Amino acid sequence: MSMSETALWLLVLLPAVVGGGLALSRLERAAAAVSLATAFTTAALSVVVALERPRVSVPFMAGSDLALGVDALSALVAPTVAVVSLLVLVFSAGEIRESQARFHGLMLLFASAALLTATAETLPALLFAWEVMGATSFALIGFWWRDDHRVSAGITAFVTTRTADVGLYVAAGAALAGGAGLSLADLPAASEGWRHVVAAGVLVAALGKAAQLPFSFWLSGAMEGPSPVSALLHSAAMVAMGGYLLLRTEPLLASTSWAAPAAAWVGALTALLLGAVAVAQQDLKQLLAASTSAQLGFVVMGAGLASVSGGAAHLVAHASTKALLFLAAGAWLTALGTKQLAGLRGVARRWRLVGWAATAGALSLAGVAPLALWATKDAVLAAALAESPWLYAVGLAAAALSAAYAGKILVILWRQLPEREHAQVEAHLDEEQRGTRHVGMLEQTPLVALALGAVVLGVLALPPFGDTVARALGEEPLHPTPLEMAASVVVALGVLALVWWRPVPEPGWALAWLGLERATQALVVRPTLALAEALARFDDRVLDRGVAGSAAAALGLARRAATFDDRVLDGAVETTSRASLWTAARAARDDDRWFDGAVEGLAAQLRRLGRLARRPQTGQLHQYYIQAVAVLAIGVLLLVTVR
Amino acid sequence: MLSLIVFLPLAAALALLALPRLGDTAARWAWVAVAAADLALVIAAWLRYETPTAGRLAFEEQAEWIPGVNSSYHLGVDGLSLPLIAMTAVIFLACAIFALRETDRARLQAALFLFLQSMSMGLFVAADLILFFVFFDLSIVGMYFVIAGWGHGNAARSAMKFFLYTFLGSLALLVGFIGLYIAADPHTFDMVELAEQTPLAGSSLAGGLVLAAILIGLAVKTPTVPFHTWLPPAHTDAPAIGSAVLAGVLLKMGTYGFVRIAMPMLPEAWRDWAWVIIVVGIVSVVYGALVALAQTNFKRMVAYTSVNHMGYIVLAVGAAGLVADDTTQARSVAVTGAVTQMVSHGLITGALFLLASVLQDRAATYDMDSYGGLAGPAPRFAAFFAVGAFASLGLPGLSGFIAEFQIFTGSIAAAPVTAIALVGILLTAALFLRALQRIFTGETRGRSVGFTDLRAAEVWSVGPLLVLSLLIGVFPRPLLAVIEPAAEVAVELVGR
Repeated sequence: MSMSETALWLLVLLPAVVGGGLALSRLERAAAAVSLATAFTTAALSVVVALERPRVSVPFMAGSDLALGVDALSALVAPTVAVVSLLVLVFSAGEIRESQARFHGLMLLFASAALLTATAETLPALLFAWEVMGATSFALIGFWWRDDHRVSAGITAFVTTRTADVGLYVAAGAALAGGAGLSLADLPAASEGWRHVVAAGVLVAALGKAAQLPFSFWLSGAMEGPSPVSALLHSAAMVAMGGYLLLRTEPLLASTSWAAPAAAWVGALTALLLGAVAVAQQDLKQLLAASTSAQLGFVVMGAGLASVSGGAAHLVAHASTKALLFLAAGAWLTALGTKQLAGLRGVARRWRLVGWAATAGALSLAGVAPLALWATKDAVLAAALAESPWLYAVGLAAAALSAAYAGKILVILWRQLPEREHAQVEAHLDEEQRGTRHVGMLEQTPLVALALGAVVLGVLALPPFGDTVARALGEEPLHPTPLEMAASVVVALGVLALVWWRPVPEPGWALAWLGLERATQALVVRPTLALAEALARFDDRVLDRGVAGSAAAALGLARRAATFDDRVLDGAVETTSRASLWTAARAARDDDRWFDGAVEGLAAQLRRLGRLARRPQTGQLHQYYIQAVAVLAIGVLLLVTVR
Repeated sequence: MLSLIVFLPLAAALALLALPRLGDTAARWAWVAVAAADLALVIAAWLRYETPTAGRLAFEEQAEWIPGVNSSYHLGVDGLSLPLIAMTAVIFLACAIFALRETDRARLQAALFLFLQSMSMGLFVAADLILFFVFFDLSIVGMYFVIAGWGHGNAARSAMKFFLYTFLGSLALLVGFIGLYIAADPHTFDMVELAEQTPLAGSSLAGGLVLAAILIGLAVKTPTVPFHTWLPPAHTDAPAIGSAVLAGVLLKMGTYGFVRIAMPMLPEAWRDWAWVIIVVGIVSVVYGALVALAQTNFKRMVAYTSVNHMGYIVLAVGAAGLVADDTTQARSVAVTGAVTQMVSHGLITGALFLLASVLQDRAATYDMDSYGGLAGPAPRFAAFFAVGAFASLGLPGLSGFIAEFQIFTGSIAAAPVTAIALVGILLTAALFLRALQRIFTGETRGRSVGFTDLRAAEVWSVGPLLVLSLLIGVFPRPLLAVIEPAAEVAVELVGR
């Protein structure tokens, strides 16, 4: 095995083994150090494999390998996952003070699963990583397990994403039936009918993980987890992996007539509607969560529009931006004990470094030129315009909403607080947890690195480097026209100015995440539980009673039989014996009178027959043979005629 | 070799009975030693095992037994049975270790379990229907005494229900066996010969009737809906190790019968009735999971998830009967998954039942709502429980996923309608996470207060089961390399 192949195995195994070990251990003191060392090594390994592009595999199951490989796409995504994980863990080393071993262990396991997802080349390998990611997200969202609602949110996240994961199981079956095998690259080669099933399965699974419509609601609950968890799960991993899967399987989507447009439209609508949801939020983490769904909408759009380079660039730039904003929100939550926007007014003036970093992130999110998300989003929008003006219009409207919610953050961060409103803001302090009024160095350092990413990563979509990326991904570079660029800049700046000038509306339907969770509860969860209860009652009262009933019936039958035995059979026997006695007496009488004479007569007849029978017994063998042959012949004749 | 593996525990059981003055501790440790020795023998056999030629068995032993009806003492293993005897040896050893700290009639209990171990091992290596039947029935008798003698709650009634129900099922099985014997020419009970002859080929009525008898017998034992109602009370009232053996080993006798007897000996009837089997499988999966979701008693819940998990196996072997040229690979993937599931379910459910009994032991109830926040006082219990729960819901990295992925992939490719059963993995995910939440998270309350964490015997019995599940989940090849050739043969036989 070459060095780079070993590096690829280690990229996945190192965080998995160390993470698993940590999660089960009680190394509280050393946990953070071990975790950071592991995350740092993993990040270094990710760079190595991104440069070397190794591929490895071992036989696994269902005739398919557990194959990992790094190509141009994963060379972008894997280092993103590894580096963001490292930065988030650095932040966590300062932030998380209890159960450190469990926390860091689960985070490393999660990162390992995300890295395996990003490098998987076969469906079994992908599904393996995919579901482990879901399970660790459950454990991380419910990290503070003493609070029931946080655990519930974890369950919602896992069960919702697993519902979508079912798509991958179906896709695997269809791929096997379609004769293409389970390698991701071979999926478009599946036979005609089955290919549609494969594409549908992959699409559903990816939309679930990427928190696209109609699955978006799980992301809202997922905010119950610690902020570093939100920062990792909802920037570079988990949600991002949903988008990544569609980028990875873009040829499959394109090989059907409907899957690619479906992805593009679902992405665009999610960007639009969840953008509106984000605008309406009053809680910073909820706002960021909704914006994550919306931004992933652009990635999904990119995959549907065959703009893998645009989608991938947006994914990477968004990872840096959103990790930054979640960490800033987390830092303030720890310091002030609140994440309500109303309680965070003017906060950037108090913690300047965090404030400026978050500002860079918010401006990038708003799509202000020349920051990262401006360039990457425009790359996707250019592809949308090439496909359909309607799609472009929806995308542009979604971009305007991004500017609106980013502007909302900026207003909160920076607007000077009038003296008389200080009391209102302070009323929010410590409303969710006890604030420390302190943001440490470990928390601040990663923000700077991530802010840098939020500013410069636009180069992935801008010439000349963007063209190199696009060609490496096998695409002709597609540039937005100056008019389009101007349009997006005007929209972003215009909306920002508007938001600064007037407060944005917060409609109830958007505040409640479009009512998606309530609808799921009403349409799926409650009916299922009711059905379960009904079936359990049926099982106890009908099926089990049925068995018990037939046993009872058998017993009853036995009793009847016993009665029958006593009264009828036994009675009959008794009667019979009495009757026999009577008959016997009668017979004895008759015997003397009638039968004796008859017997005498019969004996005389028999004596005559005996004489007759003696006649053939001549004692001569040949005569016996003739008789035997005759009997045999008659016998055979009988046998033949009767059959 | 096989005779030694089968009868070593029985010999030890007789020795234990013959030594009435043996102390409890000595009896317990003797039991552990014998179970460990038996496992060592199985491992030795595994290491020496080479895949036999199609239709034959490895390590064959044959001796005259009842020549009048052409029934012989015939043993042998292949890729279908070797993993099961290994799993059986592991489960019984785990039970022996788990029971180390119990005090109730140690010598007798050890003897009874060793007897049960012999019967279970014997069943999986039997290559003669009469022999199979004898082991099948004696295992029921053994389990009856386990539940009635060491159970709690309404043990006598549950044991009687278990016995009568499964015994009646075994009679159906016997009728089927006799049907096979009569139809065979020359008459024989030898499994290898019967699989070669496929006695009732060409007569769909007789074949269907014999298959129906065998299927009913096996369906009661497995159990599938609607023959499952003996299972929840039997589990709820059985002692910990009794439940572990019942779920881990005895249920597999039913599913093993499908692949060992029904499929190869009655291929034509199997193909004719494949859809019925698939539907029973799907119904068991969905129904079992839904009813489990509604349970508040943890042990009953796990019992119903067994119905769900056995449903996957039934579904897969049913799908294997839908013969078509282009699905040969898919169907053998499904059968491989089914056999993997037998092993995986044994390990995982064995572990879960042992863990369940910790609840009963410490706080005298399985009612999940009586607990809460148990992760506080019992973190190790919580960790073990979480791993067991995730294994049971089919999380990758653990053996359940390897089994279920193959079952689904293969079955969906052969019969797309089986995708309905995927609902099962969602329901089990929901119900296990809810159980985890009810018992372990939130404020420490109710019976959780003062709960003692796992003890050494519990850790060292449950731990290895979970570790094995993890090993199979991450490195499935050694296991699959044994199962796959046998699954291919099974699919080929059913296609004749």
